[in-house]
Amino acid sequence: MTERYDVLVVGAGPAGLAAAQAAASHGVRVGLRDAQARAGGQVWRHDVLAGVPRLARRSIAAALAPAGVEWLAQTRVLLAEAGDLLVEDPQRARRLEYAALVLATGARELLLPFPGWTLPGVTGAGGLQALAKQDWPLAGKRVVVAGSGPLLFAAAATARRHGARVLGIHEQAGREAVARFAVGLWRWPGKLAQAMALRAQLLGTGYHCGSLVRRALGAERVQAVEIEGQHGVQRLDCDLVAVGYGLVPDLRLAHMLGCASEAEGAHERISVDGAQRTSIAGVYAAGEVCGIGGRDCARVEGAMAGHAAAGAQARAAQLQGARRHARAFAAQLRRHFALRPEVRGLAEPDTVVCRCEDVPLCALDGYTDSRSAKLATRCGMGACQGRICGSVLAELGRFPRRGDRPPLFPARLSSLSGEAAANPRDA
Amino acid sequence: MSGFDLIVVGAGIVGAACADYASAQGLKVAIVESATIGGGTTAAAMGHLVAVDGVPAEVALAHYSLGLWEAFADLPQAEFSRCGTLWVAGDEADCARIPDKLARLTAAGVHAEALDTRQLYELEPALVPGLGGGVLVADEAVVYPPGVARHLVDRAQRQGATLYRHRAALADYGVTLGDSTRLHGPVLVATGGALAELLPELPLRPRKGHLVITDRYPGLIHHQLLELHYADSAHGEAEASVAFNVQPRPTGQLLIGSSREFGKLGAEVSMPIVRRMLERALHFLPALGELQALRIWTGLRPDSVDGLPYIGRVPQRAGLWVAAGHEGLGVTTSLGTARLLVDQFLGRMPALDPAPYDPARVLA
Repeated sequence: MTERYDVLVVGAGPAGLAAAQAAASHGVRVGLRDAQARAGGQVWRHDVLAGVPRLARRSIAAALAPAGVEWLAQTRVLLAEAGDLLVEDPQRARRLEYAALVLATGARELLLPFPGWTLPGVTGAGGLQALAKQDWPLAGKRVVVAGSGPLLFAAAATARRHGARVLGIHEQAGREAVARFAVGLWRWPGKLAQAMALRAQLLGTGYHCGSLVRRALGAERVQAVEIEGQHGVQRLDCDLVAVGYGLVPDLRLAHMLGCASEAEGAHERISVDGAQRTSIAGVYAAGEVCGIGGRDCARVEGAMAGHAAAGAQARAAQLQGARRHARAFAAQLRRHFALRPEVRGLAEPDTVVCRCEDVPLCALDGYTDSRSAKLATRCGMGACQGRICGSVLAELGRFPRRGDRPPLFPARLSSLSGEAAANPRDA
Repeated sequence: MSGFDLIVVGAGIVGAACADYASAQGLKVAIVESATIGGGTTAAAMGHLVAVDGVPAEVALAHYSLGLWEAFADLPQAEFSRCGTLWVAGDEADCARIPDKLARLTAAGVHAEALDTRQLYELEPALVPGLGGGVLVADEAVVYPPGVARHLVDRAQRQGATLYRHRAALADYGVTLGDSTRLHGPVLVATGGALAELLPELPLRPRKGHLVITDRYPGLIHHQLLELHYADSAHGEAEASVAFNVQPRPTGQLLIGSSREFGKLGAEVSMPIVRRMLERALHFLPALGELQALRIWTGLRPDSVDGLPYIGRVPQRAGLWVAAGHEGLGVTTSLGTARLLVDQFLGRMPALDPAPYDPARVLA
């Protein structure tokens, strides 16, 4: 079974929503696909208590309302071939053909290993936020939020809203760096308002700069953390620890399509031109996959990609100034929240790096490429296929992960063997 | 210039086994491998230690090797798991072939037993209802081939072998490495699918295969399951063929094969053949349909023209030996290949008649 779209948008976060809306405004047939049941992506994930912010509501409505947009919920991309994607939803697998494709696949949270990070009760910062929004019980829980970047505020605010006692937010970047970032915020009034609103929600919660979670302690689950801050090392009893070191673009589908990429720190982002075109004809990219830039940047780029994918290059070009402004914010974020070298040195030799296969850091000593290491240690061979440890090892300066193999996500064997798996053009 | 008794080019499982055995015999051995040890066809393989009946010389080499594998049964890196092989008869015509298959395996010294329908489902209740029976070879096992290759190279080094991480070009009685180092001595070419780079006179066809690995489902199946017709795919000349071949890994994961395609050289995954392969697997094991596939990969089997490997002296080339072209049985037969080759090299009488594997047969 095959569906055909003029513009197929992969990912329904801020970039994908804007792309679908923009493309649909030109009267073309648009497919908007996301792995989740509701549109909004990670940043606008539906909160069982609070719903989504007004801007998210408006963006979702504007993207899903047009008659030309088909919303493809709970649909995972298994693999890509020229001109179409093999996808599966909870019921079936099928092919989605496209004339133009917009990659708005977003980002994953960067988790970095430290002793105890695999204990139950230790999550990512974004991870905790997502769990809270899905009604994971937090009432009365003592939570430590740590890592780096503005996501820590959002995670802490969400946890508080769900009844958690946030003991503190520990930002690895130093006080001066964070202060310089805050001082520069006036250039992006929307961001400033967002930051002030979050800060207001977090009154009474300490924000500690230059502060690191060095170790999580506990037997069955986390019971305390060891924090190294400006006043030395202290132990803090807690029930949950949420540690996230920012975001990493999710390029797996882009790589499978053959899109050229470039370095973003230790990681990679898709290379795009002034109209969000990738190196592959007919494939556009927008938002975090093009470099971590945040929600506003994603919305501008999504709209550009949507217009361009629908053939309206001039409309896309009108947004270039707005994109430059938004990308400048991203550059500020990267500069001021750059990871300190100590963050990369937290893992000890016996700290597990590959959580699926229980591979400790010391097992990887001596390997200079991911394939040799994988064959010898099973690192990256498990259910997540290196999504977590690949970013870890890149950030730690070991070796980048290479050679993703299909499927992009674990796929039902019936999806790979059924009618849909065979490309009609190969018959 | 360094002198060696034997320079082994290629550290896949065949080259690794040869280097290990040669160094154990006291030879001064060099191993030359520019890429990952056991990172080629060895890494792509299923690691099923099996005697496939069909070509008698192939069964003989497999059976000889299976005995040698017993020494690895307790080696952690080998991940040796004696799951046994269960050949499944699909229909009545298949069942009629059971006595012949049993006779061929028994003649080669393989301990095999026929299973009736009841016995078949007692052993493997997840098989599709309606099958007629099968043949059980209970002693056969599965291993993790790259782990074994690395172990063999490590052991060879402990026995005095020297590992060179370079590409090699043949030179007069020796090789020249990528950094221009010259190694002097007889050369054993064990480069598998890349044989043509060094020995273009020996015909070799890459035969591409796909494998799918699942998440962990311990206990769904207990034996490596193959359809009785498997050898038709393995020995057939079809451009593309698939066969039911599913292995329970010690991790609880299932490894699903197998496909064979001539004329495909790239590593890319081709969905039409994957689909055919999985349809075949789902036909025999319907419960697979709802399981999660984690990864699909490909590999190239180095296939000689007549289904037997090249093991022995290369005719008309002084000081040049070869061990390559094992198609899908390189892991199983690696240990026997090493004995056969090194015993000939040392002028000893090998345990098997070496004539069927003599590369001279294709150059006559």
